Amino acid sequence: MSDVVVRVENMSKKYRIGVAPEKYATLRDAIVETLSSPLRRIQKSLPAGKEADSVDTIWALKDISFEVERGQVLGVIGRNGAGKSTLLKVLSRITEPTEGHVRIHGRVGSLLEVGTGFHPELTGRENIYLNGAILGMKRALIERKFDEIVDFSGVEKFIDTPVKRYSSGMYLRLAFSVAAHLEPEILVVDEVLAVGDAEFQRKCLGKMSDVAQEGRTVLFVSHDMSAISRLTEETIVLEKGKLAYRAPTQEAVDYYLSSGFKTGERVWTAEEIPTQAAPFRPLALRVKNHQGDVVDLVRSTQPFSIEIEYRLVEPIQALRVGLYLRNMRGAYVFTAFDTDNPEQYKAMATRPPDHYVSRCVVPADILNEGRYALGINASAYRVKRYFQDLRALVFNVDGTDAPGKQWAERRRGVTRPRLDWEINQIR
Amino acid sequence: MTELTHQATQEEIIDIRPTSGWSALKLGDLWRYRELMFFLTWRDIKVRYKQTLLGAAWAVIRPLVTMVVFTLIFGRVAKLDSEGVPYQLFSFTALLPWQLFSKALGDTSKSMVSNRNMITKIYFPRLVIPFSSVISGLVDFGIAFVILLGMMVYYGVKPTSAIWTLPLFLMLALLTALGVGLWFSALNVQFRDVGYIIPFLTQVWLYATPVAYSSQIVSPQWQIIYALNPMAGVVQGFRWALLGTELGADASTTLSVSILISIVILVSGLFYFRRMERTFADVV
Repeated sequence: MSDVVVRVENMSKKYRIGVAPEKYATLRDAIVETLSSPLRRIQKSLPAGKEADSVDTIWALKDISFEVERGQVLGVIGRNGAGKSTLLKVLSRITEPTEGHVRIHGRVGSLLEVGTGFHPELTGRENIYLNGAILGMKRALIERKFDEIVDFSGVEKFIDTPVKRYSSGMYLRLAFSVAAHLEPEILVVDEVLAVGDAEFQRKCLGKMSDVAQEGRTVLFVSHDMSAISRLTEETIVLEKGKLAYRAPTQEAVDYYLSSGFKTGERVWTAEEIPTQAAPFRPLALRVKNHQGDVVDLVRSTQPFSIEIEYRLVEPIQALRVGLYLRNMRGAYVFTAFDTDNPEQYKAMATRPPDHYVSRCVVPADILNEGRYALGINASAYRVKRYFQDLRALVFNVDGTDAPGKQWAERRRGVTRPRLDWEINQIR
Repeated sequence: MTELTHQATQEEIIDIRPTSGWSALKLGDLWRYRELMFFLTWRDIKVRYKQTLLGAAWAVIRPLVTMVVFTLIFGRVAKLDSEGVPYQLFSFTALLPWQLFSKALGDTSKSMVSNRNMITKIYFPRLVIPFSSVISGLVDFGIAFVILLGMMVYYGVKPTSAIWTLPLFLMLALLTALGVGLWFSALNVQFRDVGYIIPFLTQVWLYATPVAYSSQIVSPQWQIIYALNPMAGVVQGFRWALLGTELGADASTTLSVSILISIVILVSGLFYFRRMERTFADVV
């Protein structure tokens, strides 16, 4: 027997768009539609109806094929709507694929949510049994693990209190604890770690890596690149329902963070430039990663560059072309001009007409994760402001591997420097 | 939707592929998930009277109050014939299986929608939900049954020797509720109209069933048509087994028709449910 425990072959899943209005379809609608448009219904059922088909359906997954070997921990990443959750739903048999075939060797435990089936009126103890049964645990197993579950959750004192009296944190801890003690051969996990306080998140991640080390096969979906990097060795990247990439996790994460974005660029067309900007003409503003690709997502642990492309129709004296970097709340991170260096300023006292690119490199370990706005300014100090756009471009900074990432908390501050700490013992 | 096979190594192999049309019932899956069924039933029972002042007393109050109303209106005012039995006892005996049935029907019809968060997040044979909804109604029945026995002692009515058939009539009521409930629960996933149909249907069905009146007032040539309602058979059976009233001339024929109808509804309901099941998570 081969050691492939999950084999997905050309699997596709189609959803009808407008599932939302359809959700509450009423009998009357169905009857009216059947009576009033028998023709349309017949058309729909004919093969010629395929065109209409492509209009109101969407392929959440298209032609996905991959294999997972026994004991492998596979990460699944992708943007919202890339099909990650649908993939997990098919693998955990919640929904059927439209095409293709999946073969799984072993029992699948799926954690698409923690606390599924928890009832607010029942006590913590009762919910452990109920939730365990829903997750597919045998009663004997729950009984055996009961103390461990309670212990892990840290809610011993309230175990006989209805969970509706729990704080949301306690609720989640109890819910996760049950789930964490599930012992399937194959575990399918969705973003469940994005809950609870930082301390508990760490505990969960620890539990997850225990599971991985026990030789269990795990499929792990997350938006948290740090968690993915820590827990998985190999990762697949989904893009718009297709399997775009499969590689060792570090490579896959790099691919994911830099792929598919051609938006890290702002281009100005002639109409967008006010007449008083002349003779300065902005052309483009770009954010590039350390490999030189234009991206809207850079990693905080890697240097990236910002370039301003412009044209001078006439010479300008004492020109400085520069950047404003602000966070989304409008706080300035820095302002910098291409002639900040006095020597360069002197050398460029008069800039002759030409096509220019002013480029700077933002070193690694400066920005905290988050979203930032770039603005540009072209001016001669105390003489004239030629052009200014305070919000020319927005880009994202990903904090994977940034200092302190072993804690899942969100760090305050716009910067996230890598500081040299010394710890000395003083006697 | 899936197939399970067992290898020599006892490792499950799960095949997931698209299916269409009618699929096998796979009642064996229900057995494999019996613990889940048990826990869901237990949850429903446990939660039912939480945060109520009177708690499980409601299981008694509902049939008792209905009995009082029936006694006043149909017994005293309309003076309906109660086949020689005190009208209170006559109607209460019928109200027990009826309320078990109507509650089971209502709960089952709603069950898929009210458990939608489970359906969209976890796999398990979906049939577990309507089954556990039906079973959980038995507790209320049990409580009210004790009251019924008390009333029989009070009125000095001895149960007949046919009391052993009671579980069979009970079963017939449950299977009918399950069958109709399966249809409606699957329909409810897509068409929320079911929520409006059920109370109305239950109301009409109540009058089509000899709860407030005696089935003797239905003329013999209509008895077969009447038997198309399995609940008529259940109610008559209850009175016959407990109070010793007449079962009717063609009892075996009408009862067979009732049972047959009930089975047809149940089996078709099971198949319909299984057929719709595969889209539940996408639609609910």
